Amino acid sequence: MARAITPGRKAVNTAIGAGIGILIFFPILWTFLTSFKSEATAIADPPVWFFFDWTFENYGAVQERSNYFRHFWNSVIISVGSTVLGLLIAVPAAWAMAFVPGKQTKNVLMWMLSTKMLPPVGVLVPLYLIFRDWGLLDTRTGLVIVLMLINLPIIIWMLYTYFKEIPGEILEAARMDGAGLQSEIIYVLTPMAVPGIASTLLLNIILAWNEAFWTLNLTASNAAPLTAFIASYSSPEGLFYAKLSAASTMAIAPILIMGWFSQKQLVRGLTFGAVK
Amino acid sequence: MTSKRTLLGSAACLGLAAGLSTAALAEQITVATVNNGDMIRMQELSSQWEEETGNTIEWVVLEENTLRQRVTQDVATKGGQFDVMTIGTYEVPIWGKQGWLVPIEGMPDGYDAEDILPSIAEGLTVDGTLYAAPFYGESSMIMYRKDLMEEAGMEMPEKPTWADVTKAAEAMTDAENGIYGICLRGKPGWGENTAFLTAMSNSFGARWFDMEWTPQFDSPEWQETFTTYLDLMNNYGPPGAAANGFNENLSLFQQGKCGMWIDATVAASFVTNPDDSQVADSVGFALAPNKEGVEKRANWLWAWSLGIPAGTDAEDVAKEFVAWATSKDYTALVAEKEGWANVPPGTRTSLYENQEYKDAAPFAEMTLQSIELADPKNPSVQEVPYTGVQFVAIPEFQGIGTAVGQAFSAALAGQTSAEEALAQAQSLTQREMERAGYPK
Repeated sequence: MARAITPGRKAVNTAIGAGIGILIFFPILWTFLTSFKSEATAIADPPVWFFFDWTFENYGAVQERSNYFRHFWNSVIISVGSTVLGLLIAVPAAWAMAFVPGKQTKNVLMWMLSTKMLPPVGVLVPLYLIFRDWGLLDTRTGLVIVLMLINLPIIIWMLYTYFKEIPGEILEAARMDGAGLQSEIIYVLTPMAVPGIASTLLLNIILAWNEAFWTLNLTASNAAPLTAFIASYSSPEGLFYAKLSAASTMAIAPILIMGWFSQKQLVRGLTFGAVK
Repeated sequence: MTSKRTLLGSAACLGLAAGLSTAALAEQITVATVNNGDMIRMQELSSQWEEETGNTIEWVVLEENTLRQRVTQDVATKGGQFDVMTIGTYEVPIWGKQGWLVPIEGMPDGYDAEDILPSIAEGLTVDGTLYAAPFYGESSMIMYRKDLMEEAGMEMPEKPTWADVTKAAEAMTDAENGIYGICLRGKPGWGENTAFLTAMSNSFGARWFDMEWTPQFDSPEWQETFTTYLDLMNNYGPPGAAANGFNENLSLFQQGKCGMWIDATVAASFVTNPDDSQVADSVGFALAPNKEGVEKRANWLWAWSLGIPAGTDAEDVAKEFVAWATSKDYTALVAEKEGWANVPPGTRTSLYENQEYKDAAPFAEMTLQSIELADPKNPSVQEVPYTGVQFVAIPEFQGIGTAVGQAFSAALAGQTSAEEALAQAQSLTQREMERAGYPK
């Protein structure tokens, strides 16, 4: 039964919600506005909000100096590639843990999570040496593998919780009807878990897109994604805030738009199974 | 038939050989650099070098700290990702000693290595060998508002002392109207407030370590340095100064909120540029101050330089590029395309003898004097076991310097007292040095 809420209370809740929303969105809005200012207006105090000479010159300057599309493609390939590869490994793994758990399943899950507890810089040098010897430095293949490995625990954990929500009886019924393991996963489990898989996919693409430690440290020029593109506009000696904002806006726009359109799936997937 | 085939075959062979030889001649090099104005200009103008030589350049531009970490890791592991690296006077002595850099020798005719400013060359030399070619050099100096000084009926001496600076700061401060007498770095970091305070400590006769590598923060000289700094900032500095670094102070100064700013000489071209600075017409320059009677001043020395990592497979082309970018011809090229005020400063004696440059850059004379006064091998009036004016060129310094900077910044923010900050700096430095096995 829904609780009754007075209109006054509702208005207050809405105002608080909107306030928090604006607070969270503000840095992005400010970056967006700054990207259309001149460098002098960008640092003006008191700050200028909307009434200034809007200019596209920062975008022009950024485009002229760096190859946006190369960075963009690298980002797309690395984030989608690592997520898809991760899912291919994680779906069978999560299936095994959710439907045929063994004695050590819980421990294995915890162990996988524990790999996320080590600060990444701790394994930077060993990994760098391996990459050097295998010729993977500054390659997209190398980054796809690393980001897949880094996000794999999260992917498996997310899928595991979704799969746990699916009644094992349905899978049993499929088996009774003669479905093999492969068809059980492909035709019965996967369709039921689509919202969960979709949100895992989206979330991991976002995580891989924003990953800035490995993508900066293991690339130079060929495989450098948009994180390296942004990093090239930050300067300790010189005020280039407007250009930096333009570069940031260009780097986050694709993922922001993707997030916008897939909001429904994301929310549905993340709250999947919360209500029975 | 047969002869035709042979002919075709040899033609193909010739074509292949020709293709191979051009491929062998034209090489691609990867240059790692920072996003500073002079480097951006080099990036734009390098297409000319590419056209002349047929070689191509892949640029990797990163923020200073990211770049430092990235190139250090690559050079230490011999990753071979870069053929030319932009490094500073901190890295060169350490890397040179490790054998990580190719000596800058055998430069083309007309390069004139003798023309490089002696104090800059000194900072990039290990055991008599130059290990990187300076691209632009900087020291630090006082930038002040001539109009505010005039209003206060004062005149800035060309070689002021800290007492002069305090007096001027007091006279110019008008907190109600948002004008603060002095802006100095407060943001923690070995390249931020620690750099400034280390240079400042030299002007009070202090030093980081004695000849046994014992830290000296418990000395009266450091005490005087730090209390002078805190007094200046607390009485005449802008609010929230503990978060201000180079860029924040630049922004404040350009908007007319600072009476004085003691920082990198490279800032002079920014604050006098009327497009960005509201006070462009009224900026004066003076040497960084000293304590009366102490021979050293609070000016530092830094040179962004181009180094070639040992083990690169394109050493010759890399050297050719380094020679081009740090040559007199490059200076002339920038002057022709962008004007004399925009040429990379602080590396060559000949630039400061050029009347056109002196006319275009009112800060030229003061920059040169400041650079010449800095001596990285003898930064303090006391004897020291290290190289570096605003840093100590040992690998441990980045970590120690940043931790010390945090202690200093906390005192500026009012969270701890000056004594506590210095005691903390002393104990943490002592601990880290013991851990690292000094004296070595």
